[in-house]
Amino acid sequence: MQTIYTDVLVIGAGLAGERAAIEAAQAGFSAICLSLVPARRSHSSAAMGGMQAALGNCAKGEGDCPDVHFSDTVKGSDWGCDQEVARLFADNAPIEMRQLAHWGVPWNRVVPGKDTYFKGGKIFDKEEKEENRGLITARDFGGTAKWRTCYVSDGTGHSVLFTVDNVCAQLGVEVHDKTEAVALIQDGQTCFGAVARCLRTGELRVYLAKASVIATGGFGRIYPGTTNAVICDGGGHIAAINTGVVPMGNMEAVQFHPTGIVPTEILVTEGCRGDGGTLLDVNEERFMHVYEPEKQELASRDVVSRWMTHHIRQGKGVKSPYGDHLWLDIRHLGEKHITGKLREVYEICTSFLGVDPIRQLIPVRPTQHYSMGGVRTNKDGAAYGLGGLFSVGEAACWDMHGFNRLGGNSLAETVVAGGIVGKKIAEFLQGAEVTFNSSVIDAEVRRQQERIQGIISCKAGTENVFKVRTAMQDALFKGANIFRTEDGLTECVESLQATLERARKVGLRSNGKGVNPELSSALKIEGQVKMALMLAYGALKRTESRGSHNREDFTARNDRDWLTRTLAFWKSEADTLPTLEYEPATSVFHIPPGDRGYGKSEIITAGTKAEDKG
Amino acid sequence: MARTLKFNIFRYNPQDPESTPHMESFVLEETDSMTLFIVLNRIREEQDPSLQFDFCCRAGICGSCGMVINGRPGLACHTKTRDLPDEITLLPLPVYQLVGDLSVDTGAWFRELYDTVESWIHTKKVFDPTAPEERMENEVAEAIYELDRCVECGCCVAACGTARLRPDFLGAAGLNRVGRFLIDPRDERTEQDYYQIIGNDMGIFGCMGLLACEDVCPKHMPLQDQLGFLRRKMGITALKTFFKK
Repeated sequence: MQTIYTDVLVIGAGLAGERAAIEAAQAGFSAICLSLVPARRSHSSAAMGGMQAALGNCAKGEGDCPDVHFSDTVKGSDWGCDQEVARLFADNAPIEMRQLAHWGVPWNRVVPGKDTYFKGGKIFDKEEKEENRGLITARDFGGTAKWRTCYVSDGTGHSVLFTVDNVCAQLGVEVHDKTEAVALIQDGQTCFGAVARCLRTGELRVYLAKASVIATGGFGRIYPGTTNAVICDGGGHIAAINTGVVPMGNMEAVQFHPTGIVPTEILVTEGCRGDGGTLLDVNEERFMHVYEPEKQELASRDVVSRWMTHHIRQGKGVKSPYGDHLWLDIRHLGEKHITGKLREVYEICTSFLGVDPIRQLIPVRPTQHYSMGGVRTNKDGAAYGLGGLFSVGEAACWDMHGFNRLGGNSLAETVVAGGIVGKKIAEFLQGAEVTFNSSVIDAEVRRQQERIQGIISCKAGTENVFKVRTAMQDALFKGANIFRTEDGLTECVESLQATLERARKVGLRSNGKGVNPELSSALKIEGQVKMALMLAYGALKRTESRGSHNREDFTARNDRDWLTRTLAFWKSEADTLPTLEYEPATSVFHIPPGDRGYGKSEIITAGTKAEDKG
Repeated sequence: MARTLKFNIFRYNPQDPESTPHMESFVLEETDSMTLFIVLNRIREEQDPSLQFDFCCRAGICGSCGMVINGRPGLACHTKTRDLPDEITLLPLPVYQLVGDLSVDTGAWFRELYDTVESWIHTKKVFDPTAPEERMENEVAEAIYELDRCVECGCCVAACGTARLRPDFLGAAGLNRVGRFLIDPRDERTEQDYYQIIGNDMGIFGCMGLLACEDVCPKHMPLQDQLGFLRRKMGITALKTFFKK
C-alpha cells in the first residue's frame, strides 16, 4: 500500500481547499490537495457572477462598508446564520479581493464618466468618479443594499480559480488529481488522514496528515435536476458522516436558484438580473414587481424562486415538453453587453438551447443550486466531533448563510473562509504532534478493501446503483423541494428508508477492474441516501418556514422555537434514520431577529406565548 | 421520426490484462436536445456501466470532456447530436496519456506546463492588507481576461501538428498562457525572461502555423493572433539580443 505523508491533507482542490492550502504552505507546512478532477475543473470555475465584498468603489456602491454587507448577509440568512462568522466574513472580504488582485485576478475596474444601467427593465443614469478610476468595481446582485459584487466579466470563478491554482503551483502545494477520498482514518477522537482511490489505476492509497480538510463543495447531485457539476456528489460529506461522530449542520437548508435553464438545468448567472434582466410569464409580462414592489427581480434567491413557483402554480407558466417554465429577458441589455459582460450566458444559450438571448427569451425555472448545510464547524473551521479535522467552503456549515445565502456570497466565502481557516490550520499545526497508530490505519484500509470486494462480487445483492440513485433523487424532488409539507416529507423519508435498504444491496454488473465508473458510483450510494435522509428528516422536524425552507403547513418563521441549527448524526451503521440534535443559531446577536424587508413577514417572535401558536 | 444513432466508441482498459484496444458500437434512439453528455451517460447507465469518460460541469465551462468527435477534437457536453450524422465515432484525445476508453490525463500534462512557463505573477512587491488595491485600467483587465478564458481542455494540443511530433511542445494553450502574463503589468518579467521560456522550438518557434488550434478551440480564443503576436515579439527580442552582442 502506497502511503503518503503530508502536514495538511485537503480533500477537494476548488477555491476553498486551495486557498486554505496556500495559507498552510506560506507558513512552511507541506500540503496536498486531492481532487476528482484537475484542480482547474473544480466546480468553483463555473461560478460566473462574482464575489461580494464591501469595497464601495463604484458609484452605486458608495457608502458601502462591511457593516452593511454583514446586515444584508444576516437578513439574507433569515437570521439562521452564526452572526460572529458572518461578521468575520464581511470584515475580511475586501482585504481578500485585494489579495486576489495582487496575485493576478483581472477584476473589472471602475471606468469614470457617465453611464447607464437597467433596473426592472427601465434605464437609469449613473456617473463614476474620476478619483476611483481603476479601482475594483462591482455589479448589482439580489438581496443587497449596494452594488457590491466584484467580478471578472462572467467568468469570475474561472479566473480566480486559475489564479489561486497558479499560486499553489508557485508555492509547491501538490494537487493529486483523479484521486478520490473514500474514508477518513480516525479513532473516534482524532482524524489521521484518509484512504483514497486512485482514479488512474483504481488502486487504494493511504494519506496520513496532522490536519485533514474537507473542501469538496456541495452535494446537489442527490437531486435529479441541479446546476451542480457531476462531481458535486457529497463525497467529502459521506466520509465525515461515516465516522458517526461528525454532525452535518442544517442539511434541510437547500437553495434553489431562480434561473436554471430548461432543459439541462445549467445555471445562467444572477448577473443577468443584476445587470437589469427581467422575469416574464406565459403572457410575456413581468410579475416580480407585483409580488416584491421594492426589490422586484432582485429579492433574495429563496424569495424569487418561491414566487416563480407560485406564479407557475397560478397557471402562468410556459408549457414545454420538459415541464412548465418562465422566461428570462435580457434582450434590452443589447448585443455589446450580452456578448461582453454576459458572454458565458450567451454561449450557454446558443450552444445548449439554440436560443439567441440578444433576440430571444431564455426558458428558466428554479433549480437546486446550493447546499447551505454541510460539515458543521466552529468559527475556526474545525469540525465538530473529531480533532484534526477541518472543513471549508460549500462543503462546510461554517455558517454565514443560515437558511439562504446571497448571490455572490458563496464564491466570496470560498476564498475568505479559505484564508481564515487556512491560518487557523497553520496555528493548529504549530507544535502539533500526532501519533499514528498503524492498527487504526490498517483496519480502515481493510474495511475499504472488503467493501470494494463485496460490491464487485455482489455479496449483499445485485441492486443496480443507477436505479437506486434515481429512486433517491426522485424522492427528494417530490418531497423536499421548494414547498414542503408534513405529508410530502413523511412520504419522502419513508421512501428514502426503503431506498437505503436497496443501497446496501448494490452489486456491480461490470467487472470492477481499474477505474470502473460503476464502482465509483456504488461506493457512494449508501452515503448519499444517508445525506438525503438527513435533509428530508431535518426538514420534516423543522415545523416553521425560514429562508429556503418553506413549510406550507407552518408558514411563519418561528423565532420562539426554531432559532436553531439542526445537527444531524449517523451514529450507528445499522441505523435507518439520522439522530437530530439542535444548537442555537448564533451565540452573539449583532442584529436581533426582524423583518427582512422582502418576502413574507409572518414571524412568531421569541416573546410569543406557546398557546398563540397558529 | 426519431433517428437511430450508431456510436463507434474506442474501448481499452489498461488496468485489465484481458482488455485490448478496440472499437465498440452502441445504438441509441435520438431524443430532443440530445448532447453527447446525455448519450454517454445513457450508454453507461443502460448498456455498459464500465464505459469510462470525463464530464464535470457539463456546461462548456470546465474543459473536462475533450474528445475526438468524428475526427475533430471538441467538447462532448456542448456537442448536439442533431449537428452530427447517423453514425458517430468517438476517440480519446491524442497526445495525453490514456486512462481508459475516452478518458485521458490532461491534469498531469497541464500541471507540468505551469512549472515550465512559471504560470504565476512574478513580482517583488509584497501584499499589504491595509492598503487599497493597485489601480488598473479596465481595458487592460479585460484584455488579460480575454486570454485567461482558456479552459485547458486540450483540444488545441490534440489538433496540433507540432504537438504530435514533439512531446515537449507547449502548444497553443501553453503559449497563450505566456501571452497572458506578458500583457499583465503586475508581472515584472522582461521580454528576455519570456524569451528564455518560449524563444525556441519547444515554444513559439516550434509552431508551424497550421492553426488547427484556432479552428477547434471551443472557447473561441484568439489563438491565431496570439501566436502571431508572440512570434513577432520573440523575433524582435532575438534581433535586439543579436545586435547588442
